[in-house]
Amino acid sequence: MHRPIIWFRRRSSQQFLMALIAVLLLLGGGVVIMVPFFWMVSTSLKQAGEVYLMPPIWIPSDPQWVNFVTAWTRLNFSLYASNTFLIVSTVMIGTLFSASFAAYGFARLRAPGRDFIFMLLLATLMLPGAVTLVPTYLMFNKIGWVNTFLPLIAPAFFGNAFFVFLMRQFYITIPRELEESAMMDGATIYQIWWHIMLPLSGPVLATIAVFTFVGTYNDFFTPLIYLSDDTMHTIAVALTYFQGSAKIGPKMHLLMAAVSISVIPPLVLFLFAQRYFVRGIVTTGIKG
Amino acid sequence: MAQLIPTIKSNIGKRERQEAFHAYVFMSPIIIGLLLFTLGPVIVSFWLSFTEYNLLSDPKWIGVENYIQMYGEDLFWQSLRVSAIYSVVSVPLGLVLALFLAILLNQKIRGMYVFRAVYYLPTVISGVGVAMLWRWIFNGQYGVINTMLHNIGVKGPNWLIDENWALTALIITSIWGVGGTMLIFLAGLQGIPQELMEAAEIDGAGRWQQFRHVTFPLLSHVTFFNLVLGIIGALQVFTDAYVITNGGPNNATNFISVYLYRHAFIYLNFGYSAALAWVLFMIVLTLTLLVFRSSPIWVFYESERQGKS
Repeated sequence: MHRPIIWFRRRSSQQFLMALIAVLLLLGGGVVIMVPFFWMVSTSLKQAGEVYLMPPIWIPSDPQWVNFVTAWTRLNFSLYASNTFLIVSTVMIGTLFSASFAAYGFARLRAPGRDFIFMLLLATLMLPGAVTLVPTYLMFNKIGWVNTFLPLIAPAFFGNAFFVFLMRQFYITIPRELEESAMMDGATIYQIWWHIMLPLSGPVLATIAVFTFVGTYNDFFTPLIYLSDDTMHTIAVALTYFQGSAKIGPKMHLLMAAVSISVIPPLVLFLFAQRYFVRGIVTTGIKG
Repeated sequence: MAQLIPTIKSNIGKRERQEAFHAYVFMSPIIIGLLLFTLGPVIVSFWLSFTEYNLLSDPKWIGVENYIQMYGEDLFWQSLRVSAIYSVVSVPLGLVLALFLAILLNQKIRGMYVFRAVYYLPTVISGVGVAMLWRWIFNGQYGVINTMLHNIGVKGPNWLIDENWALTALIITSIWGVGGTMLIFLAGLQGIPQELMEAAEIDGAGRWQQFRHVTFPLLSHVTFFNLVLGIIGALQVFTDAYVITNGGPNNATNFISVYLYRHAFIYLNFGYSAALAWVLFMIVLTLTLLVFRSSPIWVFYESERQGKS
């Protein structure tokens, strides 16, 4: 499998030309992908008077880094950031626990109805969220959880179909010998899960953690319907109120500064995990 | 039942019963979650769709009244039309583009991972912030798209205020985020044995023939997966439609999800919105089944290849 990476695998001029065309196309597409981000940062560093100039200035003459500070304080970012990270971290704990715990049952232990439950679980992946939306909202409303973080957090502790599937597929690739010898030594099944399976599952757990972080951080709909109180909002919801509010008016440079701040956490996570998790998906991937 | 239990008990040894007990303990979060957050709500939602309910008084049974009302509602048909156009355009376009990019990104060229990361970036940084960024990009007067169009002498439309263009703007946004689909294709491409491509090449197959007769068939189950996920996703798009255009102008982007959200959480028509959700569910189910039924025609599974050879 370890082919040496060389610039062009074959030396023929036709192949060279193909690779060149591919790189040029990818460069073009890459520019299209990056222009919006560049425009965002560019706008966020402008002075108010520079924002609506025609033709537009791409690189502000005097970058206004203070815009980030202004946006941070006017939006009251500290509050929304702490709300968001409280929710995201709890959801991550819940998701990691429920997926890794439940998947062990599906992967290793036999019980009547197990496969039926598993198929049912996978079938729910096709169910539009809208179908369960209203009754779930009414249920949380009835027990007084609306306008608390609980409706966003609690479901994470009861499993996510896709992540359970991912964990199970991983567990069944682990050889049974380790578990069997631990069993001989008198370990309980729960100790085996905790002390043997979990430490071996680092890469999958990391993948799930990254996806959960990104998904929960970017989630807009759930906090929108459950968190009506201004002090409870997450960054995602707060941003929509910031837009066009009296706090900001038509000050596009401040809005873009706030948006730039809001994309930093997933961006940093992505830069950290990028090589690992783009490659992780590509190599472990899905098998048909 | 009373007679059955002892026989079952005697058939299943103590070890098996213990194992089953632990299995249920491990599966318990899923079982509870399925009952509490999926199956329970699905049943309640079906029942609610035949009622009138606004939180203030108890649900009132009205039979199929909600569905009849829906049938006569122009806005409902409009929302179906918007969701249909969006899906029919954005899903195939996204699939073709994602596959094309994946093939380009699958070349063994140094530094390719940088491109992969760039193309995947919009999938990670999605959500409200980026939706608001798109509002600014599509700004009719000062937005970057119209500025660029102006530079090449084209007068760009007033994207988000023009009802003929707003949906197009949202489709462009969705195409920008095609990296997730691309990555799944890339995973599939990496699973194709190199020997097959080389064999095809030795047999004198050109690039297009290689793609047509080797890559595409071997990738068809990935295409199938992406198609199903794409349809399900496109029919449920909400954040962009809510933040970028808020269903407007003049309901031109009144997606079924936006229409449903309004009925549930703005007008508090919980019964009507449950009925809408069930119609959406039936549409998703029908389309998914159609794709599944069509799959023997165009999806090629590895086992067939092994069977034939």
